[in-house]
Amino acid sequence: MAMKIGEGKFKENVNKNMEDTFMRGAVASAQERLRTRRLDAAEELGNWEEWRSHGEEIRQHVLNNLDYYLHELAENLQKRGGHVFFAATADEATGYIREVVNAKGGKKVLKAKSMVTEEIGLNQVLEEEGCTVIETDLGEYILQLDEHDPPSHIVAPALHKNKEQIRDVFSEKLEYKMTSKPEELALHARETLRQEFLTADIGITGCNFAIAESGSVGLVTNEGNAGLVSDLPKTQVVVMGMERIVPTFEEFEVLVGLLTRSAVGQKLTSYITALSGPREEGDVDGPEEFHLVIVDNGRSSILGTEFQSVLQCIRCAACINVCPVYRHIGGHSYNSIYPGPIGAVLTPLLGGYDDFKDLPYASTLCAACTDACPVKIPLHELLHKHRQVIVEREGRAPISEKLAMKAFGLGAASNPMYAAGSKMAAAMMKPFTKNDRISNGPGPLKAWTEIREFPAPNKERFRDWFKEYEKGGGNQ
Amino acid sequence: MSNVKVTLFITCIVDMFQADVGKATVEVLERLGCDIEFPMGQVCCGQPAYNSGYVEESKDAMKKMIATFENAEVVVTPSGSCATMFKEYQHIFHDDPVWRPRAEKLAAKTYELTEFIVNVLKVENVGARLKGVATYHPSCHMTRLLGVKDAPMTLLKNVEGLRFEPLPNAHNCCGFGGTFSVKMGNISEQMVDEKVDSAEQTKADFLIGADGGCLMNIGGRMERRGKPIRVMHIAEVLNSR
Ligand code: SF4
Repeated sequence: MAMKIGEGKFKENVNKNMEDTFMRGAVASAQERLRTRRLDAAEELGNWEEWRSHGEEIRQHVLNNLDYYLHELAENLQKRGGHVFFAATADEATGYIREVVNAKGGKKVLKAKSMVTEEIGLNQVLEEEGCTVIETDLGEYILQLDEHDPPSHIVAPALHKNKEQIRDVFSEKLEYKMTSKPEELALHARETLRQEFLTADIGITGCNFAIAESGSVGLVTNEGNAGLVSDLPKTQVVVMGMERIVPTFEEFEVLVGLLTRSAVGQKLTSYITALSGPREEGDVDGPEEFHLVIVDNGRSSILGTEFQSVLQCIRCAACINVCPVYRHIGGHSYNSIYPGPIGAVLTPLLGGYDDFKDLPYASTLCAACTDACPVKIPLHELLHKHRQVIVEREGRAPISEKLAMKAFGLGAASNPMYAAGSKMAAAMMKPFTKNDRISNGPGPLKAWTEIREFPAPNKERFRDWFKEYEKGGGNQ
Repeated sequence: MSNVKVTLFITCIVDMFQADVGKATVEVLERLGCDIEFPMGQVCCGQPAYNSGYVEESKDAMKKMIATFENAEVVVTPSGSCATMFKEYQHIFHDDPVWRPRAEKLAAKTYELTEFIVNVLKVENVGARLKGVATYHPSCHMTRLLGVKDAPMTLLKNVEGLRFEPLPNAHNCCGFGGTFSVKMGNISEQMVDEKVDSAEQTKADFLIGADGGCLMNIGGRMERRGKPIRVMHIAEVLNSR
């Protein structure tokens, strides 16, 4: 599985997924819970807007000086004996990791949750090599058990499943016999997983933010699994998106604060782990070998464009948790491991318009996402930018729409045409009108009236009324 | 404050489909001592084409609007979304040395109706009377982009006889989104259905809003489903007595 998770057309996916009332119920209740917790956490912190601006500044500064910080990070990590590999593409990244694993004769790979490893399709590559890959994040673990069901959310990958469905997966695959209580499910998973920790050869994690100054990698988890994944196996591989970097621990702290509050409404997640390369003499724990794989995979071509701000993203999912479109169609409809508003902006940039040109239209531009984003990415503006690029630069809009918009341009801008058109509207719509309503409209109105009534145009427009009213001296 | 000269930007939806909202807007403002002017040169603000990505196609309409309202002292409009669009022009013409300054002037003098009444006229009670239970849908562009959150409620709370029931999940978009409502009709339907369900839960007599597009969407769906709640634009509520 790589970034693209299905072959279906967007509209078909939507129609299929909207039938799934279980999924929609699970998504709606998760959204409400996460949204409220985020708002409470933000309020508790006070001056949230200042924190957001600060977060935005840090991210912008890093993106504008990315070369510098990547260099610093690599140098500092190498000084301590870590290996650094810059991967231009997904294939280069997985190829490198495959070699590391093979060189170690590794068979059992433990993973902590990481979206970038999903993006490059790492599990599949390793499984084809004959490795057993074990996801240690509870959500990822559930999906893995369930025949590699793709993630539908970037923080809570199994968000589309309710606890009964999870129990069913466990009973089928793990001979689980207990109830669907979340605590019992989690305990069972933990016990099953713990045995795996001790015998793994390689640990693979993602990276929330690398810290350039110290040459280390910061990881934030709820379950503490990243710490185990990175401590126990002898060989450690970290995969990071090339933009996930901060200058020093000071900025790290700010961004982690924004991340945990925005993602799950917590002041701090339960575990923050900093990895600083291989074990040194005198260290009691840590891996013997440490590899950092820095993945470009299309990111550098976003730098310097009108879409650069999307790289500010810290993958908190706040935008997804407030999106009313995501709420009804669920994550899988997007056909990408990056769903929701962030996905609708990022996926076409990384994966191209051929497969993903519908995504920027899956939004009312209501701006709930922009409002929620802790690093102030203007998501609804970027969705609109995509539309503009699709229409103007790529020329991919349907001809009928282009003609209609041309006509609109002329009609709306010209007084006589607007006046004549709006005046004639009532007469033209007369055959379709009943009780001042149009229930079965022609042409472009058809799609509207399949769902709703459309008002008949006023016989006397406002402007006609006003003319008469003024003549009569208004209210004087 | 008396005899403020107000130039009305009525919006194409109100002009063509909701003339009563326009009349109510005129009457409310006149009662508060405004002189109303309505330039006949106004057309559509360009938003439908602009939001669909047709930026070039929509620029003529925008220029036409900038020129039409050039001599206005203040521009008032009964739509949060259209007011937002007027304020957006300055960004759209950001690189245009001729139109940018003209667009900036327009932005600075444009107000949404309730914002104008509360913040400029400094009136919180317009003396309206309406008996019944109401719920209010805060439209997205008005609250999030224009930043007008409190003014409508300030005015509505002072309407004699009106009792309020909060709308569950009020922050969620109603699913209008201009061309989204037809381009992504199936998703739009689910969104508007949830909005209608929420409104029905309140058992309100009136669903009030401040944006014609959203009201056309919610109202149209309610009628299709039957047993509709009466959908009212806030201008009509403020004009009730
Ligand atoms: S775009 Fe913003 S809100 Fe969405 S995941 Fe990224 S940082 Fe979070």
